[in-house]
Amino acid sequence: MNSTSKEVTAMHNQPPVSDTKEPATAASGDSIPVVPLKHPVRLALAIVLILVALSAAWDVAVNERYRWDVVVSYLFAPQILAGAGLTILLTVVSMTVGIALGTLLAIMRLSDNPILSTISRGYIWFFRGTPLLVQLIFWYNIAALYPVIAFGLPFGGPSMVLGSANVLISPLGAALLGLSLNEAAYMAEIIRGGIGSVDKGQYDAARALGMSGGKLMNRVILPQAMRVVLPPTGNQVISMLKGTSLVSVLAISDLLYSAQIIYANNYQTIPLLIVASLWYLLMTTVLSFFQNKLERRYGRGFDSAPRRIRKPKTRTA
Amino acid sequence: MTTAMVEARGVRKNFGVIEILKGIDLRVEKGSVTCLIGPSGSGKTTFLRCINHLEKVDAGRLYVDEHLVGYAERNGKLYEMKERQTARSRLNAGMVFQRFNLFPHMTVLENIIEAPVHVLGRPRREVVVEAQALLDRVGLGDRGHSYPQELSGGQQQRIAIARALAMKPKLMLFDEPTSALDPELVGEVLDVMKSLAEAGMTMVVVTHELGFARQVADQVVFMDGGVVVESGPPEQVLGNPQHERTKAFLSKVL
Repeated sequence: MNSTSKEVTAMHNQPPVSDTKEPATAASGDSIPVVPLKHPVRLALAIVLILVALSAAWDVAVNERYRWDVVVSYLFAPQILAGAGLTILLTVVSMTVGIALGTLLAIMRLSDNPILSTISRGYIWFFRGTPLLVQLIFWYNIAALYPVIAFGLPFGGPSMVLGSANVLISPLGAALLGLSLNEAAYMAEIIRGGIGSVDKGQYDAARALGMSGGKLMNRVILPQAMRVVLPPTGNQVISMLKGTSLVSVLAISDLLYSAQIIYANNYQTIPLLIVASLWYLLMTTVLSFFQNKLERRYGRGFDSAPRRIRKPKTRTA
Repeated sequence: MTTAMVEARGVRKNFGVIEILKGIDLRVEKGSVTCLIGPSGSGKTTFLRCINHLEKVDAGRLYVDEHLVGYAERNGKLYEMKERQTARSRLNAGMVFQRFNLFPHMTVLENIIEAPVHVLGRPRREVVVEAQALLDRVGLGDRGHSYPQELSGGQQQRIAIARALAMKPKLMLFDEPTSALDPELVGEVLDVMKSLAEAGMTMVVVTHELGFARQVADQVVFMDGGVVVESGPPEQVLGNPQHERTKAFLSKVL
């Protein structure tokens, strides 16, 4: 409040400045000297923030209890690298399945067939409405409900036994199932929003050119939906990357769980959490970089995209 | 009498309880230009969209090049066509929209070659050559690598015409092609349409440009309230209208 009121008074002091500018305009005629607006409050705030940030950084650097030596020694430890690898695997597989299933759910949700759209709606309702942690533990304990997994006809018809649920759905399998099915529900809503954002005239134009079904979707509608779908999907990938740390409850040695195993032995809790965080930060940074590139790719032809230099035009000009 | 490109017999169309088309009878001869005029809400655009089966006909028969639109007739029954068959049958007609509806994520050239390559499966190199010729024909030979949004409305509409022509249609449908344009851009689009008519293309044009209708049309059809009120050569319908509703409409527009 204080800073804004100061800014208001600063603005009230402006008129004299512009008054002195007026005669100069009349005299020179063509170019008017411009005195830029000054922001003294903003400047002071920035200086204070820099000082706070520097002192915090200084403290982190000199505080021995951070044990940077331990951080460095574990940064490339084999268990940590293996854990990071598994985290990437979980993210890639779950996001891929999530996006594919989510696209299918979104198209079902938009279908004219009321049964398809209701099924999709129900799926989204269920998987968004229950905690991911509960879903993960549920899949982990699926053998309690279905000790044997078999393939066959419903309502007690003949079936072929595939094997014990405990063997077929390993902890890793349970983690992938839980993460993918949950992600699909969120992606379905994101993709539905993207498809809905495409102008109805695009369907008319594509149909008039003889397109239908998958071709119309893949060539015309989905590429345009991408522009709207990408930013929230980037969010989803990053939150998935970190969300995979939930699977540590299933005793899967992802990045976080690997760090936990190490500090359970050597009691260096904080340094190992820093190690894990540094890896998470590195991975999310790389992801953001690719998100940026993709957004630029699918923004082509729209206002928000940077304009391409058109060769033919410059040649004729 | 057998050379009709479009033949409508008692075509009806409802949106819910509202009857938009109340039995349209119309013939469009091959190589002729028909202009549909009338107040907004008279059903002109809906009828045009029926010709391309973008709207389903509820009753009556609509033939394009002697094929029933959207249905197959067998044993005295009409069977609704599958989406893929309907899509095929749409290839007879090219369509140009009021809002252009170019694909914004593709360059101008990609817009034009999209359907010939991905619907007809023709070789890309061959289609690109034709597309360039079409661009030259609409006076935009140097804009192939622009994106639609970088062009003016008039230029976008000329590209939309080129895109429809790339499918080599037998018939061109225009849905108020100049209504979304700034007044100074209307002429360039009408010029392209005139040259197309001179080249012998069969055209059905929903328009408010009565000057264009008078100059280019072989047949002017005045629609109001979902029926054809009056039709005939332009000098008759526009110059000497017989019906009160036509007179009232023309007096407001002119």
